[in-house]
Amino acid sequence: MKIDRRSFLSFVIGGAAGTTLSPLPWKLMDDAAIWTQTWPWTPVPEDGAVTHVKSTCTLCPGGCGISVRLIDDRPVKIEGLEGHPINKGGLCMLGLSGLQFLYGPSRVRCPMKRVGKRGEGKWEKISWEDAIALVAQTLDGLRSTNESHALSCISGSDYGTVPALFRRFFDVYGSVNFIRMPSIDDSYELVFKLMQGMMEASAGFDMENTDFVLSFGSGLFEGWGSPVRMFGANSLWKKTGVKVVQIEPRLSNTAALSDRWIPINPGTEAVLALGLAHVIIQNSLYNNDFIHNYTYGFENWKRVVVNEYSPENVEKITGIPQNVIYSLAKDFTGAKKPLAICGKGQGVHPGSASEFMAVHALNALAGSIDSEGGVWAVEKQNYIQWPDVGKDSIAEAGVRKDRVDGAGAENYPYVRYLPSRFIEIIQSAKESPVKVLFVHGANPYYSLPDSSSVRNAFEKIPFIVSFSPYMDETALHSDLILPDHVYLERYEEVLRARSFHRPIIGLSRPVIKPQFATKHSGDVIISLARKMGGYISHAFPWESYEQCLQETMGDKWAALQENGFWADETFKPSGWKNTVKAQMVKCDFSYNELFSLPHFCIMGIKREDPIYPLSLIPYDSTRLSSGFIGSPPFVIKTLEDTVLKGKDMFIEIHPDTAETYGLAEGRRVILKTPKGELTVRVHLFEGILPNVVAVPRGLGHTGYDIYLAGKGANANELIGAFEDPVSGHDGAWGIAAQLRKA
Amino acid sequence: MGQSEDKVQEMAEETLDSREEDLPHETDKNKQENGPSGPILLFFIAGLIISLLIGWVIFPKLLYSQKKQPIDFNHAFHMQEVDNGCESCHFFRDDGSFAGVPKNEQCISCHEEVLGESPNETILVEEYISKDREVPWLIYSKQPDCVFFSHAAHVKMADMECSTCHGPVGESTHLKDYEENRISGYSRDIWGNAISGLKKHSWDRMKMDDCAACHKEAAGGKTTERSPQLFFDLLSKVFPNAATPQKTEACFVCHK
Ligand code: SF4
Repeated sequence: MKIDRRSFLSFVIGGAAGTTLSPLPWKLMDDAAIWTQTWPWTPVPEDGAVTHVKSTCTLCPGGCGISVRLIDDRPVKIEGLEGHPINKGGLCMLGLSGLQFLYGPSRVRCPMKRVGKRGEGKWEKISWEDAIALVAQTLDGLRSTNESHALSCISGSDYGTVPALFRRFFDVYGSVNFIRMPSIDDSYELVFKLMQGMMEASAGFDMENTDFVLSFGSGLFEGWGSPVRMFGANSLWKKTGVKVVQIEPRLSNTAALSDRWIPINPGTEAVLALGLAHVIIQNSLYNNDFIHNYTYGFENWKRVVVNEYSPENVEKITGIPQNVIYSLAKDFTGAKKPLAICGKGQGVHPGSASEFMAVHALNALAGSIDSEGGVWAVEKQNYIQWPDVGKDSIAEAGVRKDRVDGAGAENYPYVRYLPSRFIEIIQSAKESPVKVLFVHGANPYYSLPDSSSVRNAFEKIPFIVSFSPYMDETALHSDLILPDHVYLERYEEVLRARSFHRPIIGLSRPVIKPQFATKHSGDVIISLARKMGGYISHAFPWESYEQCLQETMGDKWAALQENGFWADETFKPSGWKNTVKAQMVKCDFSYNELFSLPHFCIMGIKREDPIYPLSLIPYDSTRLSSGFIGSPPFVIKTLEDTVLKGKDMFIEIHPDTAETYGLAEGRRVILKTPKGELTVRVHLFEGILPNVVAVPRGLGHTGYDIYLAGKGANANELIGAFEDPVSGHDGAWGIAAQLRKA
Repeated sequence: MGQSEDKVQEMAEETLDSREEDLPHETDKNKQENGPSGPILLFFIAGLIISLLIGWVIFPKLLYSQKKQPIDFNHAFHMQEVDNGCESCHFFRDDGSFAGVPKNEQCISCHEEVLGESPNETILVEEYISKDREVPWLIYSKQPDCVFFSHAAHVKMADMECSTCHGPVGESTHLKDYEENRISGYSRDIWGNAISGLKKHSWDRMKMDDCAACHKEAAGGKTTERSPQLFFDLLSKVFPNAATPQKTEACFVCHK
């Protein structure tokens, strides 16, 4: 039988009819519909038992309490810890993205030894045993030539047991060269030391109870102190009508959210503070009781302020009209509990000592020191009481040597650490005085100003050991990486939440087993000490870091375990009305010579420099983290197109400046300073003073992962350190710059 | 087929023939003799039967792949050993969520070491518990992630039996093969064993229509305690400020 077209057609029709009468098409349709809902790449949350673990976020110095949500054993979300004194259940964008540090690709998974050239990215995996033996051998080598002092450490913090273990190691090994990364903590410590005679105190601000905030460029809503607490305080202020005045050259988020924005010539904030002091003194608006009973040297200081900081003079320097200065002084002293704060942006930079002292003096004039709604000196908590076990003669000799950075010595008597000077000394030396450098909890290769000096200095240091859990820039340029766990895998107590006004200790604890072959840096130091033997080993009697922490915390351990934090809720500052302790708060104005005008020079570069006619200021944003932690992918995604577009970074200039240079929005330009140059694009922004250029901080990474590396440029390439004449800290607020079309 | 149509066809064929002259004319004649409808009908029926066969018999065979469970679990045996029926192992967590298939953590309370002679128990202890690996059970009732189903609302609040949806699993001595739909990736039990989609028992299928049928019946007045409205009434008592959907049939009640 021949199959002709007709038979074929009828076969097909029969087939179609049969198919319709079978479940095939209907079932296929249904399955296809389900299939489209279950693409293999659609993330499906695991089902399982939900638990929460209380811990503390360590991604910035804010010290927020977190509650990590787990499904079975897997952390799936980070939430704010309800009832925590700092963040009260809130969380910032960075804190929310914390899991990306745990699961993300930027982690170093096991100890690694460099095999290629520095920075080339060629590594060899080695075992922990070999890695620790290698460090021990190198350190033994230094001791054998009596060079133990050539061991140095740059650390993100010097509070708490982990830095204390490092310092203890340094002590018994024989070196004093432990250095903390710069921040406003340096400057506030200095203020309390010079003006209140307190050692190592940190500044706390009673934000929730103040009724007038005068901020000298502090990025309250840009990540200053604990940003989450500041957001909380802001909602409170909005409800209760607290006024916020923001003084800075750029309309930042903080300026936009405040009640009044006063643009000021960059770097002249201290002059304004003294101008306000002038008006306050001339009109007797200050707190008489405080000034006369609890201060020294007021009359001398008053003379300088009255003679040199008249509103006319101040207007000339700051660009702020006299009537604004008058009204601001009146508003400030007219408030019941006014508070003046400083420390620019996120506070990752110490800034000028004069500025901090001038602002502290304003608080003194208003009687806002150690009072409700004012600035409180929070003393160091002395719970780390490890017995001294002695040291050998090499170590004895080593710790008697001068510090490389000169901090605490003749020329820099008031300060404890000078990281920028440390870099400068190494880079200008023929042979580096530092032979082995440890870097812990910090990314100096990226975050210190004047990147080219940092590069030179690093090149000269023969052996660099990074303890970073991430492949950051410092780790990339080290010789050995001993990766720490990330904060969600490890114990550590978190001391001193920046800007919080009461003593608080948070417990950061493991919420998941370590994902890789990483090791707690505390345990690494203990193992290293064991390996080195002798006195060094004796100084570390603990089996593990966890045991050390538990024993050190003593009776606080139970509370830390239970609540995730310990806080002294009833803490009150010594209070200047409390005559018994009045000595503690006597405010010393006698450093008046620091306030005379010549100190307000602009980083050694004359203002009217024809080659560099513009002022460059870096700016911070909550959407960019500029410290040790690089912005995770979630956060980087939130940047506007006017900050980062593709790989291009934008700088902000006023439309008038753009007109002078003939630049249109988005134009590519070369931004040059005496320290370096970058190719960037311009964003025209009316919220910035003419002739000022604002550069975002936190971009231009080369390390971490593909989500961060290669995006934008690092502001530190352009900005140099400028030694503050009072403290020796880096006092630079920016730098002079020039622009030309690319 | 009408006459005129035949003519048209003939004409068309002639045209074809005139072009392909070497074709024998016999075929045409044969066709004429047998009449057009006979073979065509035959072909139609053949198509029909083959496609019905494919649709009803071959397609279901192709659609599902057969997978063995990692351990052949004996429900009936375990039911005798426990006090609290299904909930002894398939329990509600403290927060009210349903734990589903037990984890090693539950099994380990009895099976830390091999207790009996069963080779299945040996597999459990040696391959999973001692190696701290969870048993990769294949779950017959697993629904896509977009489906929100609260066991508590059905079992605790509406007092339904497990077997209403899951069948008499507790009486089984073996685990049947897991038949995985090659397209959707879900178990055959969701659509139901019968490819027709028809069911005899309430537990034969677990598609949305089955949920809807039961809810409709419940809302129809006979047994209101199964009504989703009741669930929301209860919900609003527990959380007075929660926004209770007006229409309980709204998509988002069950779909995330
Ligand atoms: S403010 Fe800092 S400590 Fe708080 S959640 Fe954000 S990153 Fe963490």
